[in-house]
Amino acid sequence: MTEFFQSLGMNYEWAWGTATIAGILLIALPLMLSVAMIIYVDRKVWAAINLRRGPNVVGPFGLLQSFADGLKVFLQETIIPSAANKGIFLLAPIITFTVALLAWAVIPFDAGVVLSDINVGLLYVLAISSLGVYGVVMSGWASNSKYPFFSAMRAAAQMISYEVSIGFILVCVVLYAGTFNLTGIVNAQLGHGFGIVNAYAFNLLLFPMWVMFFISALAETQRVPFDLTEAESELVAGYQTEYSSMSFALFWLGEYANILLMCSLNTLLFFGGWLPPLNIDLIPWFDIPGIVWFLLKTFFFFFMFSWVMATVPRYRYDQLMRLGWKVFLPLSLFFVFLVSGWLMATGHYG
Amino acid sequence: MIQVIAFYLFATLVIASGVFTIMSRNPVHSVLWLILAFFNAAGLMVMVGAEFIAVLLVIVYVGAVAVLFLFVVMMLDIDFAELRAGFIKNFPLGIAIALVLLAELVLGMGAYRAGILELGTPDGTAAPLLGETNIESLGALMYDRYLFLFEGAGMILLVAMIGAIVLTHRDLKTTRGHQNINKQVSRRPEDATVMKQPEIGKGIEL
Repeated sequence: MTEFFQSLGMNYEWAWGTATIAGILLIALPLMLSVAMIIYVDRKVWAAINLRRGPNVVGPFGLLQSFADGLKVFLQETIIPSAANKGIFLLAPIITFTVALLAWAVIPFDAGVVLSDINVGLLYVLAISSLGVYGVVMSGWASNSKYPFFSAMRAAAQMISYEVSIGFILVCVVLYAGTFNLTGIVNAQLGHGFGIVNAYAFNLLLFPMWVMFFISALAETQRVPFDLTEAESELVAGYQTEYSSMSFALFWLGEYANILLMCSLNTLLFFGGWLPPLNIDLIPWFDIPGIVWFLLKTFFFFFMFSWVMATVPRYRYDQLMRLGWKVFLPLSLFFVFLVSGWLMATGHYG
Repeated sequence: MIQVIAFYLFATLVIASGVFTIMSRNPVHSVLWLILAFFNAAGLMVMVGAEFIAVLLVIVYVGAVAVLFLFVVMMLDIDFAELRAGFIKNFPLGIAIALVLLAELVLGMGAYRAGILELGTPDGTAAPLLGETNIESLGALMYDRYLFLFEGAGMILLVAMIGAIVLTHRDLKTTRGHQNINKQVSRRPEDATVMKQPEIGKGIEL
């Protein structure tokens, strides 16, 4: 995009700056729009599985429901509890929202369509996703109220537990791909399965890793079987209890942007990103733009997230911790061992 | 030019947030300032081209260590009056520590002016970097040249971990219902409930 602005007669620095800002807007604005639509999809899928209608009043098929909700919270009054720690209380939703947007800088939507194609892309995503917990912890503490505080405690322990196993799962993928660069990881998946399948997920050694990654992603984004931080039956609304109006909406947007990020990571790391599912030239699907494949796969994973939300009951907290530390951690560590042994034995690394 | 501005920005923020870390009365604020300091240090790392170290700094320190700090500090019952009461009593100790740190700083500056300390090969030349990217050169050094030192560090960490577990482990003699997850999951409604059809006006006996 820098070349395009250079062709308009700017010098390199200005063109680069303008291109970067334009890129940020081109990612952030559609992302916010898709978050609004994905909230609608989430509610619709949930309703359909529960044999309800879901949102169907605002706009055709209720399509404008999220925008109506957004307008509603925008017009509401922001209430700050008098006992709250004001600065941190207001900072927390901003942090949640910003961190949720940050990681998208390195996500490749198509071959070469990425804002910042850095060498340590995957590590960057890991680093940013581990920051998400601060919004929750800070809001829980600053609210100065007991339910948000419990929620913050739970969130801190939960996120740390599952990050460990996510780290080991990603190590397996990186061992196969030989790079931390997300574009490189997707390219390494071209024809990975017998030269036909463009995905890591159907590799026998990586399939269990994908299942564990999917479950850990649910835990990391605090989706339903692991949504102990906002368990309505115990904690009212968890860390969001004291929030209202826009500060509440920022939590909401950030949460769904994180969920979309995890869905796109599923796509990029295990299902070949923007590549079509099979590496066969006879079918003209290489002509379909890569971004369409990317969005379709991401949407499919979001559908799975909603599906899980509608069908699985919430875990108990000790079960959650047991799954993270006693099942996923040893298993993923064992698979790091297995994958690296297999790659050495088959001469993947000379 | 831009590098110089960025360096001074990051460096000033590191120092300022470091100062606020020790100055702020509220320990939670201290931890948050510390996190800001970590972030800016990561920014400095990026500027010298060590993006891998920068990201590791964020993952390990900001993502894990500082969360645990915050976790512990949040549970403190902060009493400001008490914080200030110990001030006079601990004043001499504080002065002593400050003097030690000042001496360290002066010595450090002196050592720095005498020329940098060169690590690496026995003849004193710095070890050349192998590989192109950060990760490759770091890997080439750690798993090749300094393999045994690296493994030694790993062993020390392992010993520390085992030590921490041994120190905090208590062998509870009481029967504190140990969970058997298989037993919990394989339990069926038929095993746990009894269906009774009591006649009207009569109770049931279980």
